[in-house]
Amino acid sequence: MNAKLVLSDGTVFAGLSIGAPVTHVGEVVFNTSMTGYQEMLTDPSYRGQILTLTYPLIGNYGVMDEDWESGEIQVRGFVVKQLCDTHSNWRSTGALDAFLKEHGIPGIAGVDTRALTRVIRSHGVMMGALSGDDLPTEDVLARIAAEPNYGANDFVKDVSGGRNYPWTEPVQAPYDTLKRFHAQEPLRVTVVDYGVKRNILRLLATRGCEVRVVPCDASPATILDGQPDGIVFSPGPGDPAMLDYACESMKAVVGLGIPILGICLGHQLMAHAFGGRTFKLKFGHRGSNHPVKDLVRAGKVHITAQNHGYAVDADSIAGSGLEVSHINLNDGTVEGMVHQTLPIMTMQFHPEASGGPRDTEYMFDEYVRLVAEKRVAMKV
Amino acid sequence: MPKRTDLKKVMVIGSGPIVIGQAAEFDYAGTQACRSLREEGLSVVLVNSNPATIMTDMNMADKVYVEPLTVEFLTRIIAKERPDGLLPTLGGQTGLNLATKLAKKGVLDEYHVELLGTPLESIEKAEDREYFKALMQEIGEPVPESAIVERMDEVEEFLDELVRVEAKTGQPVYPIIVRPAYTLGGTGGGIAYNWDELHDICVRGFRMSMTSQLLLERCLLGWKEIEYEVMRDGADNCITICNMENFDPMGIHTGDSIVIAPSQTLTDKEYQMLRTASLKIIRALGIEGGCNVQLALDAHSFRYYIIEVNPRVSRSSALASKATGYPIARVAAKIAVGLHLDEIQNAVTRRTLACFEPALDYCVLKIPRWPFDKFNFANRRIGTQMKATGEVMAIDRTFEGALMKAVRSLEIGQLGLAMKGIGEWSEMKLEEVLRHATDERLAAICEAFRRGMDVPEVQQLTNVDPWFLKKVKDLVDMEMEFRAHFGLPDEAMLRRAKEWGFNDHYLAELWGVKEMEIRDLRKQWGIQPVYKMVDTCAAEFESETPYFYSTYDRENELAAAL
Repeated sequence: MNAKLVLSDGTVFAGLSIGAPVTHVGEVVFNTSMTGYQEMLTDPSYRGQILTLTYPLIGNYGVMDEDWESGEIQVRGFVVKQLCDTHSNWRSTGALDAFLKEHGIPGIAGVDTRALTRVIRSHGVMMGALSGDDLPTEDVLARIAAEPNYGANDFVKDVSGGRNYPWTEPVQAPYDTLKRFHAQEPLRVTVVDYGVKRNILRLLATRGCEVRVVPCDASPATILDGQPDGIVFSPGPGDPAMLDYACESMKAVVGLGIPILGICLGHQLMAHAFGGRTFKLKFGHRGSNHPVKDLVRAGKVHITAQNHGYAVDADSIAGSGLEVSHINLNDGTVEGMVHQTLPIMTMQFHPEASGGPRDTEYMFDEYVRLVAEKRVAMKV
Repeated sequence: MPKRTDLKKVMVIGSGPIVIGQAAEFDYAGTQACRSLREEGLSVVLVNSNPATIMTDMNMADKVYVEPLTVEFLTRIIAKERPDGLLPTLGGQTGLNLATKLAKKGVLDEYHVELLGTPLESIEKAEDREYFKALMQEIGEPVPESAIVERMDEVEEFLDELVRVEAKTGQPVYPIIVRPAYTLGGTGGGIAYNWDELHDICVRGFRMSMTSQLLLERCLLGWKEIEYEVMRDGADNCITICNMENFDPMGIHTGDSIVIAPSQTLTDKEYQMLRTASLKIIRALGIEGGCNVQLALDAHSFRYYIIEVNPRVSRSSALASKATGYPIARVAAKIAVGLHLDEIQNAVTRRTLACFEPALDYCVLKIPRWPFDKFNFANRRIGTQMKATGEVMAIDRTFEGALMKAVRSLEIGQLGLAMKGIGEWSEMKLEEVLRHATDERLAAICEAFRRGMDVPEVQQLTNVDPWFLKKVKDLVDMEMEFRAHFGLPDEAMLRRAKEWGFNDHYLAELWGVKEMEIRDLRKQWGIQPVYKMVDTCAAEFESETPYFYSTYDRENELAAAL
């Protein structure tokens, strides 16, 4: 069965329908990672987006129960060059096509994804629709026009858990190396869920943290409930500038001296909490090969996993107490911040990887060490 | 750190004659390195005994010496030229060995020549088996357990070690491979799958071995063989250029294997696990430049072993370099003269830096080229010792397209997957080649599918991953479908055939039509190849280097680029 991808400027890419035969509207983005399609599909930060993979052979290793990064497929649509009909891996429990169908997500194969990527690169990301049931182009364009622009949606409310819960999933390979940074009882860490990836919770748990997850609109009192030793603000989808409710709660807790970790959206919101601004990138950073320079640790460069469409305006945080700790080597944008006096560290890239390189996993070591030290200091 | 200003003149050692077991990759690397050093304003003195190379062209270096690659000659050239530095890691093993000898003999000290790039100590650490094993143990990276034994109680001791590993990691004790040291006629070894077999093989082996010594090693036959090409600079920044997966699993030298870049059957967790291990190793060795890490990955668990490390630009680096567009030798040469990865420009995009990891949006396939057409009586069996003398590399958007291009490029008279005369092979011969690979194994796999075998059956005989086998089977099925068709195709069929890499000549044979007729149809229906760029970044950034491959897809980038 035929399918089509229509961009808001009228460009049409024809192909074959994979996944569910329905039509979905979203912002069309591309990711250049060569592995990790299941992690990407289930990453809540892709909410509201139609994901194109530049790597042409997708589905090779099927899908597996352990590689979910959230409870559902988050992308609105999935665009590939070739969907492999045979999958081969010892862990795989099913085929990618069936996985998409089961979750009602449309996809399209046979697209010249390189041509599509070149369009996005030169025109910037734009809205589009993936019509798995091959509706006429005019109808698809009408559907695009009828839906609000990506930036006008609060996707965080859609993906956040909506309840408090402790993270209790048992550790498993390859994330089964336990690390301890303190001798006493577990460290209590509260994660504010704007669309958290499970690997963040896993990595905290394997470092001896007792992890509690609270929803995106948790009040300061809820966040502080149970006297956490550390607070983590998670990644998530959409424009940070429209999340006033989250920003207000954040403001109330970041100055208390509790060690804070902000990742991706959590990092962007931190800039807002300190009076800074964010802006939309032309086509974002999505991939597993982004070089990030650490300005604090003698200019070391790390290869990082990234998935974001907005970035912190470096000038806007001048004098706020926050300072830039990391920059992207490709375009010089802000990749991390630290606070001059408060125990706050944030990063735009994804130290939890999954998918992507694990080079910056040590950030979790540093953060948990900070939480442990701080607790000892507070007890004294 | 900016480029060093104390270096003015650098000597580069070439790789000498091209021999069996080595492709012409070092000429490619050496040429890149000479250009790269001259770009930095250095004067280059090149020594190579082989004049039939690009690197010895007069415009590649400031001084070219075509002289024997011996310590004596090199010493004399050093005495005459008085270079400030010597770069040995780009001339393969030859260059490396000579540099080691020059250093040990005190020649480098005497003339104040600094060894550039990876320190000698790192090279020794990587190449000395015992030292390497100890280092891997120190950093917690697994190497296959092995022991040299002379008595049965030592065999039991080794077994105890494997039992301890099993208790810790779940890795089964067997199979174990037994190799006798020096036997008459190569007998006395074998693979043991249990204690009784191990006992028998060892008893027999002790009797046959002239030194009564046996080498016992964990047997990894059939495990996935994966390589990572990694780089490190003097500031400890590390990157992966690409990874590669061998079509032929462990047991066949990677130089004799069909190799695919990037890996196809690894999940992100496996890919990153092996990437992390490779970076840990290049850091532990302290390499400054390029390095190749070979790993064996269990097809049924997360268990893996480090097989080998090449602390220099190797055959695989040349492949990785061409496969990704990332100029490994060029960057390695710059690292050797003190530059850091984030100070070197990406010569392909000219917009980004060399400190990143290439993203491929195509599939690369290498097939070795063996010289058995010239050495008629040679044993065609391939195994742990490399027999290939060359290789072809093909790029396409799909595995199918790349495989078909590569087969045609071998110049073995094959336009498609069907090898002449293979239809007459006996079942026994076919099974033998499937089980014990020769240069004709790919053709044999195709023939097995033609004769109705299915993927699990072929996998059982070859240990090749079912993903690759299914791809090959799909191509064979298409070939058979086309063979059954007679006359000109319809548009959909022709388009499908071209997207899957069938060339006009071959299609004409299969359909019983004229090649020109197919060509005309293609023109009529607009089924023409397009050209896409190898740009190191999957189109994320604009690029300036014109390096293209053909494919049957929609957009042609060539017109826009010219």
